[in-house]
Amino acid sequence: MTNSFGEFADAKTIMVIGSNMTEAHPVAASFIKNAVTKGAELIVVDPRRHRLVDFATTHIPLKVGSDIAFLNGLMHVLIEENIYNKEFVSSFCAGFDELKAKVKTYTPEYSSTICGIDPEIIRQLARRLAAAQPAMVCYTLGITEHTCGKNNVMSVANLQMLLGNLGKPYAGVNPLRGQNNVQGACDMGALPNVFPGYQAVTNPDMRLKFETAWKVKNLPDKVGLMIPQMMDGLVNKKVRGFYIFGENLANTEPDIKKVEHELASAEFLVCQDIFPTETTRFAHVVLPAAAWSENDGTFANSERRVSRVRTATAPPGLAMPNWWIFKQIAKRFGQNWEADSAQDLWDNEISKLAPNIGGIKYSRIEKNGLQWPCPTEDHPGTPFLHKEGRFTSGLGKFNPVDWTPPAEVPDEEYPFVLSTGRRLYHYHTRTQTGRCEGLNGLLGEETADISPEDATMLGIADKEMIKVASRRGEVIVKANVTQEVPKGLVWMAFHFRENNANWLTNPAFDPDTLTAEYKACAVKLSRIC
Amino acid sequence: MVRLTIDGKEVMAAEKSTILEAARSVGIKIPTLCFHEKLHPIGSCRMCVVEIVGFTEPVTACDTQVIEGISVTTQSETLFRMRQETLKLLLSNHPLDCPICSKAGECTLQDLVYEFGVTQVENRLPAISKPIAPYATPMIQYWRSRCILCLRCVSACRELTGAYAISCGKGEDGPTITVDPDKCVSCGQCVQVCPVGALVENKHPDRWRPWDIQKIRTTCPYCGVGCQQFLHVKDNKIVSVTGVEDGEPNMGRLCVKGRFGYDFIYSEERLKTPLIRENGVFREASWDEALDLVADKFKKIISEDGPDALAGVSCARSINEDSYNMQKLFRAVFKTNNIDHCART
Repeated sequence: MTNSFGEFADAKTIMVIGSNMTEAHPVAASFIKNAVTKGAELIVVDPRRHRLVDFATTHIPLKVGSDIAFLNGLMHVLIEENIYNKEFVSSFCAGFDELKAKVKTYTPEYSSTICGIDPEIIRQLARRLAAAQPAMVCYTLGITEHTCGKNNVMSVANLQMLLGNLGKPYAGVNPLRGQNNVQGACDMGALPNVFPGYQAVTNPDMRLKFETAWKVKNLPDKVGLMIPQMMDGLVNKKVRGFYIFGENLANTEPDIKKVEHELASAEFLVCQDIFPTETTRFAHVVLPAAAWSENDGTFANSERRVSRVRTATAPPGLAMPNWWIFKQIAKRFGQNWEADSAQDLWDNEISKLAPNIGGIKYSRIEKNGLQWPCPTEDHPGTPFLHKEGRFTSGLGKFNPVDWTPPAEVPDEEYPFVLSTGRRLYHYHTRTQTGRCEGLNGLLGEETADISPEDATMLGIADKEMIKVASRRGEVIVKANVTQEVPKGLVWMAFHFRENNANWLTNPAFDPDTLTAEYKACAVKLSRIC
Repeated sequence: MVRLTIDGKEVMAAEKSTILEAARSVGIKIPTLCFHEKLHPIGSCRMCVVEIVGFTEPVTACDTQVIEGISVTTQSETLFRMRQETLKLLLSNHPLDCPICSKAGECTLQDLVYEFGVTQVENRLPAISKPIAPYATPMIQYWRSRCILCLRCVSACRELTGAYAISCGKGEDGPTITVDPDKCVSCGQCVQVCPVGALVENKHPDRWRPWDIQKIRTTCPYCGVGCQQFLHVKDNKIVSVTGVEDGEPNMGRLCVKGRFGYDFIYSEERLKTPLIRENGVFREASWDEALDLVADKFKKIISEDGPDALAGVSCARSINEDSYNMQKLFRAVFKTNNIDHCART
C-alpha cells in the first residue's frame, strides 16, 4: 500500500475495486464503513454485490475480467473532458502522451461493450473522481488474479497518477495483502529476483554486498524460478529437489489434479510445516515447525508496518523455529551462521542489509510497529509513499495497457464464469481455522454461490447439492442462491478440500508475474438428482 | 478554544469537546460506566454527572459540550450521593454473582461499587430468572441478568464493526439487547467493550481470573491488516485474545478469526517430530537423521545437476526472520535463486 489503514476512516472518497474487504480484511473494511458514516463517498467496483456494497454510494457491477476496459474508459473521459490533474501529471509523471493515445479508443461507449457499465455512469464517475481529490483506491486479488493482473495493477496506478492521487494522505494505490506476512516475505527477498530489501540479484554490486555480509563467494546472478515454473520443473525433472515451507500447494494452486501430478513427480520433496496437509502427503521428509505464538519475530503488514510477534507458549514435541531449521541445514554444508535468535537475525543482519528497514530495530517496535521506508534509527517511518510527487524512479511513469479477455471465457458447453476467493470464517485451506474450536460451526462447508435467475433457469433449489464442472475437473457442492452474485457467475472459495474451487480453476498465468487466473474460468452447472 | 473552570482549575478545551474530555485533559477523573473512548457518548448510565454553576440540574459530562466561561464541579456530596443512587439502581436487579462471574476483577460496575462504598441495596427487586439467553453466534454467551443495558455493545457493533447487528429491544420480561444472526459476524467486539459480565466468550469451558493472566502483545496470524492482539495466557495456554486498544492499525478491533482463531496451535494433529518416508509410509526420525538426509540428498542433486535443480517455496504466514533464513539458505548455501513464495496470490 502506498498509504495507511489509519487514513481510511477520514478519507473523503474511496474506490474499492476487486476486494471483498468485509470478509477478507474485516477490520480494514470497518474503517471504510466509518468513513462512509462520516459522509465519505464509497465506490465499490465488483461483479458481486457483496456486503460492502450496502455502504456504497455507487456500485459498479462490471463483468469479471473487464477492469482495464472500465479504468481506461474512466481515463478516456478524464482526458477527453480535460479534467485530469494537469499540474500533477506535468510536474511528476512521464508518458502522458502514450497514455492519451492508448485510452483514446476506450470511449465510454466502447468500454461499456466490454465491462457492461452504462457509458453515462462511466462519465459521471470520472467527473466525480476528478472533482473529489484526493481519493483512495483499494484493491485486492480481484485485480491481480487474472492473466492481465499486472496490467490491471498498472491501470489502477495510471488512474491514480492521472488524478494526482499519489504522494498525499487519503489517496494512493492500496493493495490489501492477503496473508499476514506476504509483504514481509517479499521484503525478505523470498523472491527469485531480489535479495532482502528489493536489491536485484542481477546487480554485481548487490551480489558483492551480500557475498561480503554472508562470507560466501559466487552468489548466483541468474534470476530464479517462480512457483509455476518450479512445478513444471518437477515434471520435466529440471527441478529434482523441492523444499516447501508452510504452503499447502496441493489445495491452493489452480487445477488440483495437475498440481498433484506435479507434486507426485518430485524426486525429493521436503515439507516444513505445522500440520500434515494435502501437500505433505507427497513429501519424502517432513520437518515439524514452531507456529505463530511459539516464535519471537516480526511480520510486515500491507501498509509496510513491521510489528512484533511474540512467544506465548512452547512448540509441541520436537518442533523447532523455522529459522533454526534452515540454520542447521546450512551447517551441514559447512556454513556456521552466527545469528541465534529472531532478534539477532533482525537487529544484526536483516536491518543492516536492507536499507529500507535499516532504522527498524526490535527496541523501537516494542509497542506499535514502524512503517518502511525507515532508513535510520531516528526516522519515524513512512505512512505514505511518494510524498509531494517524489517517485522512487524520478518521474511516475504511465504504463498504458490494453484490455485482454480472460484465458478461458464461457461458451456453449461451459456457459458460466467461475470466480473464486475467501470467506469470512475460514482462512485459505483451513489448516489453521479448521482446527479452531467454533469456526467450523460458523461455516462448515463450501457452497457454490449462484444468482436467483440462474437457479430458476436451471431448476436448482437453494441448498440443493449440484455439480460444478470445468475442463479440469468437477465438484459436488451445495448451491447457495444469493442476490450477491449476478446472472452468469458462480462464486466459490478454496477452504474445503472436497469441493475446493481449485479442482476447477484454470492454470493460466499472467505472462510476467505468473499469477494464476483464479478469478475467471468457464464452468457448467447441473443438478445431480 | 473554549475557556472553562473545572474544580477551580482553568481549562482550555477544543470547540465542541465535552466536559469529560476537558476534565481528562487536565487529569481530573470523572467516574464513567457506559462511556467508552472509541464510541460516541451513549449517556445511558448517568455516572458522569457534574454540576455547572447556574444550572439547576446536574448534567452528564460525557455528552455535554464545553461552554465558554462555565464553572464545573465534578466532586460534591450531592454528586457522590447521586452516583451512589445510580449504582444502587443498577444493583437492584443485577445479580451479585461476582464469585462466579468471569468478569470479576475487571468489571467496571464492581470497581465503581467498591469505589463508592455501596454496601447495601435497600430496594432490591425480586430476582427475575433470566437464563443465559441465546446469542446470535455460538462464540458468545449473553448473561441477560447481568446486563446493565449500557448499550456499549449496540454502539460498538455499529461504530467499530459496522455490522449493525445489535439493538435494544423489548423482551418478555423487560428490555434486552437483541442480535440479528444474519448481520452478526461473530467478531466479539461487543464482548470486548462490555463493562460487566453480560457478554462473555463461549469458545471453551476454561475459566480464569484476570490476575491469573499474562497478557502478551503480538500480531494476528491471518490477513494482511496486521491487527495488534493481546494473547491472554494462563498456565502456558492462550485462553482468549483481545484487540490492543491503542495498537496500530486496528485500534482495538479484531475480526472473528483474529479473536477466535488461535487454538489451532494446540491441536493434537500438530507435527511433533521429523518424519521420513520409507517404503511409502512415514516413520518418526530424529532431527539429526532428517536433516542429514535432506543435506545429503540436496548435495547429491547439486553435484549431479547443479544448484538450479533445487527450488524452494517460502511461507507468507511465518515471520520475516524465517523467510530471510530460507532465502539465505538457497542463495548463500545452495547457490540458486530458485526461491519464491505465494506473493502473487
